[in-house]
Amino acid sequence: MHGESIYRKPLILGDKTYHQITEDICAPIEGRANKLWYLVFTMAAIAALWGVGCISYLIGNGIGTWGLNRTVNWAWDITNFVWWVGIGHAGTLISAVLLLFRQRWRMAVNRSAEAMTIFAVVCAGLFPLMHMGRIWVGYWTLPLPNQFGSLWVNFNSPLLWDVFAISTYFSVSLGFWYTGLIPDFAMVRDRQSVKWMRNIYKITSFGWSGTAKQWQRFEEVSLVLAGMSTPLVLSVHTIVSFDFATSVIPGWHTTIFPPYFVAGAIFSGFAMVLTLLLVMRKVLKLEDYITIGHVESMNKVIITTGSIVGVAYITELFVAWYSGVMYEQYAFLNRATGPYLWAYWIMMGCNVISPQVFWIKWARTNLIFTFFMSLVINVGMWFERFVIIVTSLHRDYLPSSWTMFYPTWVDVGIFVGTLGIFFTLFLLFSRTFPVIAAAELKSILKISGEGQKREFAAHGGFEHGHGHDDHGHAHHTSEGGHHE
Amino acid sequence: MPLLILSLRNHMSNQKVYWKGLEELHETPDFVQSRDNEFVEPLPMEEFLGKEDLGQTKTGRRDFLKFLGFSVTAAAVAACETPITKALPYVVKPENITPGVPNYYASTFFDDDDFANILVKTREGRPVLIEGANPETKEVRAGISAKVSASVLGLYDNKRLKDALKAGQPVAWTTADKEIGDKLAAIATAGKKTVVLTSTIISPSTKKAIADFQTKFTNVEHITHDVVSYSALPKANAAVFGKAVIPTYRFDKALAIASFGADFLGTWLDHNSYEGQFSVNRNPKKEMSRVFAFEAVMSLTGANADYRSAIKQSQIAHALIALYNKLSGANLAAANTPAEANIAKCAEYLKSKKGSALVVCGLNDVNAQIITAEINKLLGAEGSTIDFSTPLYTKQGDEAKVEQLFKDIASGTVEGLILYNANPVYNHPNAEKIKAAIAKMKLTVSFASCLDETAEVSGYVLPDHHYLESWNDYNPYAGHYAISQPTIHPLFNTRQAQESFLVWAGLGVRSDKNSTVYREYMKQVWNTSLFGKQSKYLTFDDFWNYSVHDGAFTSTSTEAVAAPSTGVATLPNLNDAAAKINATYKAGSGVEVVLYQKLGIGTGNQANNPWLQEFPDPISRVTWDNYVTMSLADMNELGLETIYGQERPANVVKVTVNGKTIELPAVASPGQANGTVGIAIGYGRKFGKGDELVGKNAYPLLTSVEGESRTYAFGASIEKTGEMYAIASTQTSHTMMGRDIVKETSLGQFKTNPLSGNHKHTFHTSITKLKNGKETHGHLSADEADFWKKFDRPNHNWGMSIDLNACTGCGSCVIACHAENNVPVVGKDEIRRVRDMHWLRIDRYYTSDTSNQMIDDAKGLSANLSIYNKAEVPSDNPQVVFQPIMCQHCSQAPCETVCPVLATTHSNEGLNQMTYNRCIGTRYCANNCPYKVRRFNWFKYHDNEKFDFYMNDDLGKMVLNPDVTVRSRGVMEKCSMCVQRIQYGKLEAKKENRRPIDGEIKTACQTACSSNAIIFGDYNDETSLVHSLRGEERSYALLEEVGTEPNVFYHVKVRNVDEAYYHGHEASHAGGEHGDAHGEAGHGDAHGEAKTEGHGAAH
Repeated sequence: MHGESIYRKPLILGDKTYHQITEDICAPIEGRANKLWYLVFTMAAIAALWGVGCISYLIGNGIGTWGLNRTVNWAWDITNFVWWVGIGHAGTLISAVLLLFRQRWRMAVNRSAEAMTIFAVVCAGLFPLMHMGRIWVGYWTLPLPNQFGSLWVNFNSPLLWDVFAISTYFSVSLGFWYTGLIPDFAMVRDRQSVKWMRNIYKITSFGWSGTAKQWQRFEEVSLVLAGMSTPLVLSVHTIVSFDFATSVIPGWHTTIFPPYFVAGAIFSGFAMVLTLLLVMRKVLKLEDYITIGHVESMNKVIITTGSIVGVAYITELFVAWYSGVMYEQYAFLNRATGPYLWAYWIMMGCNVISPQVFWIKWARTNLIFTFFMSLVINVGMWFERFVIIVTSLHRDYLPSSWTMFYPTWVDVGIFVGTLGIFFTLFLLFSRTFPVIAAAELKSILKISGEGQKREFAAHGGFEHGHGHDDHGHAHHTSEGGHHE
Repeated sequence: MPLLILSLRNHMSNQKVYWKGLEELHETPDFVQSRDNEFVEPLPMEEFLGKEDLGQTKTGRRDFLKFLGFSVTAAAVAACETPITKALPYVVKPENITPGVPNYYASTFFDDDDFANILVKTREGRPVLIEGANPETKEVRAGISAKVSASVLGLYDNKRLKDALKAGQPVAWTTADKEIGDKLAAIATAGKKTVVLTSTIISPSTKKAIADFQTKFTNVEHITHDVVSYSALPKANAAVFGKAVIPTYRFDKALAIASFGADFLGTWLDHNSYEGQFSVNRNPKKEMSRVFAFEAVMSLTGANADYRSAIKQSQIAHALIALYNKLSGANLAAANTPAEANIAKCAEYLKSKKGSALVVCGLNDVNAQIITAEINKLLGAEGSTIDFSTPLYTKQGDEAKVEQLFKDIASGTVEGLILYNANPVYNHPNAEKIKAAIAKMKLTVSFASCLDETAEVSGYVLPDHHYLESWNDYNPYAGHYAISQPTIHPLFNTRQAQESFLVWAGLGVRSDKNSTVYREYMKQVWNTSLFGKQSKYLTFDDFWNYSVHDGAFTSTSTEAVAAPSTGVATLPNLNDAAAKINATYKAGSGVEVVLYQKLGIGTGNQANNPWLQEFPDPISRVTWDNYVTMSLADMNELGLETIYGQERPANVVKVTVNGKTIELPAVASPGQANGTVGIAIGYGRKFGKGDELVGKNAYPLLTSVEGESRTYAFGASIEKTGEMYAIASTQTSHTMMGRDIVKETSLGQFKTNPLSGNHKHTFHTSITKLKNGKETHGHLSADEADFWKKFDRPNHNWGMSIDLNACTGCGSCVIACHAENNVPVVGKDEIRRVRDMHWLRIDRYYTSDTSNQMIDDAKGLSANLSIYNKAEVPSDNPQVVFQPIMCQHCSQAPCETVCPVLATTHSNEGLNQMTYNRCIGTRYCANNCPYKVRRFNWFKYHDNEKFDFYMNDDLGKMVLNPDVTVRSRGVMEKCSMCVQRIQYGKLEAKKENRRPIDGEIKTACQTACSSNAIIFGDYNDETSLVHSLRGEERSYALLEEVGTEPNVFYHVKVRNVDEAYYHGHEASHAGGEHGDAHGEAGHGDAHGEAKTEGHGAAH
C-alpha cells in the first residue's frame, strides 16, 4: 500500500472504510427513491413518450413535418445529433484519456460520465436514423453483401464514416462501461436479499466471484478497451466534423473543424457531466466522493477546451478574411450580422465569453454557479452546431436559393423527446446501477482518503511525498485496486 | 382457326336446342322441381354444424399437412410481388400504338389569347405532353408558352363536367337539344333575339356552323367579347394606314424596338410568335436589336429591355407624344415625363434604324395608337416591321356590341344567350348586373367544360370537348389555316360546341360522345372553301390528310383581308389626338391601377390548372396568388412590410378605384413606377378545387372609356388594412450580392473584346509546370486548377448550353419540364415553406445600386457590412436578368461524393444520375450542391389527401409520363437531362445502325424554348452545336471556381447599351478597359489569392 502526500487534497472525504464506500454506493439501489426522483422521472418519461410520439409522427408522415426546405436540408436533426455526440465525449475522455494521464479524480465520476456517454450516443444515433427520408432502408448504409453484386456503400461519403464512427463508439463505450460494472454488479448482487433482484444482478455480473484470475482478466480487458477508447475520443468528432469539412459549402468547408469539434465536444461533454453530477451528488448523497475538487478539475477542463473553441471561432473569422474568398467572407459576415445573428451571438456569449469566468477560483468552486454555467455552455454548444449548419446552408452560393429556416413543433418535440429519453435513462441508471465505480474507488481509498491521510499524517507519514508518490505509483496504472 | 370454330359453335348453338331427355322436353313437374333445386339432395348442413367435435381443435395429421401446405403456398404466392392493378393488356393491339413508343400528332392550341401550333405527344393513346410544332415544317410557327404547355393537364381535370346539365342536374343530350330547340323557336316566334356570345373565334368552320345556325334561327346574333381588348388597334390603323386590322408585327426584322406598355414578350397580342422572332436579333455576333421600354409595372418585356423607364401609366401616352415630337419635329402638346432622357435616346436610335424600327403601344386607346401608328409610319415600319398583308385575327372583340347586349338583356329584347368560351359573370366589369340579367332570361346555354361563374347561373350547361378531344380549324392570321385533331377519345359524355350549333341547325344528329358530325362538317368546309386555295394537292383527300398531318396549311392564293379595309388613310388630326390624350391622362391625384396578366394564369381560363398556379411569376417569383405590386418608396410611405418570406407575411392593402374595392397583399416590385400599383387579372375564380381558388378577381376594376375597355384605372386610393397575408414565393433574395452569377457585358465592349464580361477566375499557384507540360506563370484558370482524376467519356458526353442573352425568362421550359418529368405540385403552403419541386427553375436577379466594384473596393469590416446590406436591396428601376437553373451535371459533382449509399452517381456519358430506388434520403447531396437544384420528397405527393392536386386522382394521373418514375416519399430528385429521351434517341439511332444526329435528341425544356436559348447535345460530337457553343467566348460555367466542372454552360448576357460594364451588371460604374483586363491573368496578387478558392481576379 502506497501513501500520497498529505499536502495533496484527498479525493475521498470523510472517514471512509471499504465497507462504508460499499454502503454509500449501494444505498440508492437498495433504498427507496424519494418523491423528487419520481417527480423528475415522470417528467422525463412524459417527455420521452412525447418524443417517441413525435418520431412516430415524423416517420409516418415524412420529413416535411420538420421545418426544413430545399436549401436548408439539415437543421435541428443534425444539430441535435452533433450536440448529443459531443456531450458523449466527456465520458470517454474521463475513462480513457484521463486514465492515461493518471488523473485519479476521474474514478469518482467516470461511471456516470460513461453512462452519460452511452445515453447521449443513443440519443445522438436516433437523429441520423430518423433524418433519413426512408428510415426503413437505413440498413443500406451498412456494407452488407447483396444480390446486386457490386452495389455497395460509398466509402467516399463522410456520412458513411459517421455510421462506422458512431457504431464503433457506441459499442466500445458500452463494452468499456459494462466491463467496469461487472465487479460492482457482483458487489450489489452479494448484498441483495430480494430474490428476483439478486437474480438480475446475478445475470448482469456474469457470475463474478472475485478470484485473482478474474481480476487479472478484468484488468487486461479494461486496458485493451481503454486503448481502443482513447483514439475514439479524437476520431468520432473528427469524423462528425468531416460531414461539414469535406463539403463545398462556405462555412462548412474548413480544415480547422476536426480539432475544433473535438475540443467543443469535450467542452460540452464536461458541461453536461457537471449538470448531471451536481444534482446527483446531492440527491444520492455522494458529496464525499464527488467533491468540490472534482468540480474544480472539470471546470479547468472546461476553461481549457472553451478557450480552444474560442480561438477556433476567431481563427475561422480570420481565415475567412485572409482567404479572399468572397463566399467564405460573406458566410461569416452573415453569421455575425445576418438574420441569424442572435444565434451567433448566443454561441459567442455562451461558449467564448462566459467560460472565462472560471479563471476566478470562486467561480470554479461555487457549485450553484457552476451548475448555472454548465447549462449556459450546453445551450451555447447547441447553438454552435445550429450556427454552423443553418447559417452556412441558408445563404450559400446562389442568392436565388437563399431561405430561412423555421422549426416546427415536430422539430422541437423530438429534441425535447431525446432530452426526455436521456434523463429517463440516466434516472433509471442512478437507481439501479452503482453510480460510482466502487471497485476502482476502493483502490485509492488508502492513498487518497481523507481519514486515511489524517491517520497517515498522525503516524508521521512521509512529508516529501511528491517524488516518492509518483514513483511509487508507476506500477499501479491499471484500472485500480480491487481487493477489499 | 380456333376462333372460327368457336364462332361456328356459337352460331349453331343459337339455332338448335338439345335436351337430355323427354322430361326436359316436356318440362314435367318432377323435372322442374329438380331443375330448380340446385342440389338434388339437401346439403347436410345441420348435420355438419351439429357435429360434436366441431368445437374441438384437434387436427389430424393429414389435415395439418394440408393446412400447412396451403398456408405456405398462399404466403409464398402473396409475397412474390405486389399485385399490379389496373394494367390491361391490349386484346387487339391498335395498329399505330406500340407500348412504350410515343406517337406525335400535329395540332393547334388557341384559347382566345395564346395561339400555338403544337405537337401532342401521346403514349398508349393518351396525350402526355405538348411541344412546340416542328419548326422544320414551314407551315407553322414554333413557340409555346407555359399556358400552352400546361393545357394538357386540363384534359384530365376531374372537375370537368361529365354530362350535360340542366339547372345543375344531369340531363340527356337529346332532352336538352329538344328543350333548347323548343325555346329557341319560342324566342324566335316571340320576336325576341338570341345572342351567341363568344370569345374571338378564328375557326372558319366554327364561324360557318354559327352562320348555319343563324340561317335556321334568323333572330340569332353573334357577338364577340375579348376579355382584354385590342379594339383601338384596328381603329388607329384604319385612320393612319387605311387598314382596319391588327397587323403582323415582325420583331424578327426589327433592330430598334420601343415598347410603350406593351408586354410583347409576355402577354401582348401574339406573344408566342413574338418571343421567337425577338430572339433572332439578339445574337451579339450579328446585328443586335436594341429595346426601349416605357412602362409602369415591370413586365417581361421591360425586364428584357436594354433601356427601361418606369413611368406612370398615365405618362405612357405623353411619352409617346414626346417621342413623336422628337422624331417628326412637330410640337404636339404633352406633359413632361421622367423618361425624357431615354425618349431622346430612343428617338435617336429609332431614327438610325429607320426601316427596321418598330414601336408598339399597349394602351387600348385609339389616340395613343394613332400616335404610335404615326411614329411607325415615320420610321418606315409599314411593309418592313409591320406587315398589313397578313393581319392577325386573334382579337376581334367588339366592346360596343357587348355593351349593347347587356342593355338589350336588361330591356328584354334578348331572351336567349348562348355562351361559348365566354364567362362574363367572371370577367366582365359589370358581372353582378349580368348575373342578375341572365337569371331572368328564357334560355341560357353555356358550353363551359368545367363549371364556371356564368355556367353556374345558366339554364343549360352543355360541356364542350377539351381541345385535345376535338376537331377544329383556326385561321389566326391571313393565309394560315391550322387544324387541331383529337388525340384521345372524349373522356366524358361531352359534345363539341360546334356540333351543338349544327344539331340545333338541323345539320346533324349526335350519336354519342364520339360523334363525327363536326369533323364531317369541317371537311366539307375545307373542301369547299380551302381546297381551292392551294395547288399542291390534286385530290381533296390528299389535301386533307396532309393538312391534318402537318397541323396547318398556308394558302398560296392571295387572301382577301377579312376585316374591312378602306385602303385610304383618313389622316387623323394629330393635334386632336394629342389634345384627347392630354385630357384623358392628366396628372391627377390618387394612385394609378394597372391590370396586367401573369404569364401563367393569363386571363384566368386555366386558373384551376395546378401547374400554372404553382408556376412562379417570371418577375415576382410569387406563386398561387395575385397581389398588389408597389414600388419600394410607396410601400415605405404607407408603412408596409417590403420583405416577405416563409414566416414574414405581406400587409394586406385595400385599393379603392371608381367605387370598387379589392383587398390584396402588397408586394414590393422594383421597377414599379411610383404612384402606380399593378394587379394581375385571372385570379379569384369561384370554381375549382379548394386550394386552387386563390387571389381576388380584379376584373371589376377594368374601365371603359369611350367604348374602349381599358386595363387601367386612375384616381385610386390605397390604404393599409390591419391584416397580414402569407405569400408563397420561390425566391426571396433578389440581388446577386456582387457575385459573378449572371455574367454580363455591353455590346460595345463585346465587339472590342468578345471575352469581356466573361472573366475567368484564376488561382495563384506555385506550380510552374502542369501535368500536360504547360507552363504557368503563377496563375491557373479554374479548369486547370484541378487535382481530380478525369472521368472517361468514351461514347457520349451530354451537355447543355444556355444562352442568357436569348433567354427571356418566360418559363415555358419550367412547365414542359413538369409535364415531361412528372414533377409534383406541392401547393401554396409547401411553396411558402420553400419546398418547390421544380427541377428547372428560373432565377431572376435585380441589380442593386451597389455595384460589384463597390463591393470589391469596400475596405474594412464596417464598410463590408454596410455594403452587403445595401447590396441586398434592389434598385428602384433595376436591370433584370434571368437564369434557368437545372442540375448542372457536374463532372466533379459534390453531391456524388457525399451520398453514403451511391444513390447518385456519374454515368460515363457525363450525366449525374439519380437512383431513386437506392436513395435513403439523407439530403446530404442537396446540402452540398452549390446550385441548390436537388429536390427532396418531403411528403408523399401522390395519392395524398393533403396534396389533392392531379396526382391524387386516377384521372389526373393519366398525364403522367410513363417513361419517368413517380418518386416516392423520402427520396431526392433532380433534373436528369431527360435521360429517358436520351435513351430513346440512342435506341432509335441504334436500330438504324448509326450514331444519334445532333439535334435529334432534345430535352423537354429545349423543345419548349421559343428563343432557342437551351441547346442540348453531345460534346464528344465535334460537329454538334453544343460543342461549338462551348468553345465560344461567351461561354462560362456557373461557379466554376468551386471546381465542379459542370456540363451545363451559360453564355454571357450582352446588353445593347452604350454604357460600359464592370464585369457584371452595373451600368454606372467603371470603364471598359477595367472589365477587359479581367480576361487576362496576372493581376491582383495583392489580395491574398493564395487559396484554392480565390475569388481572386476580381480584386
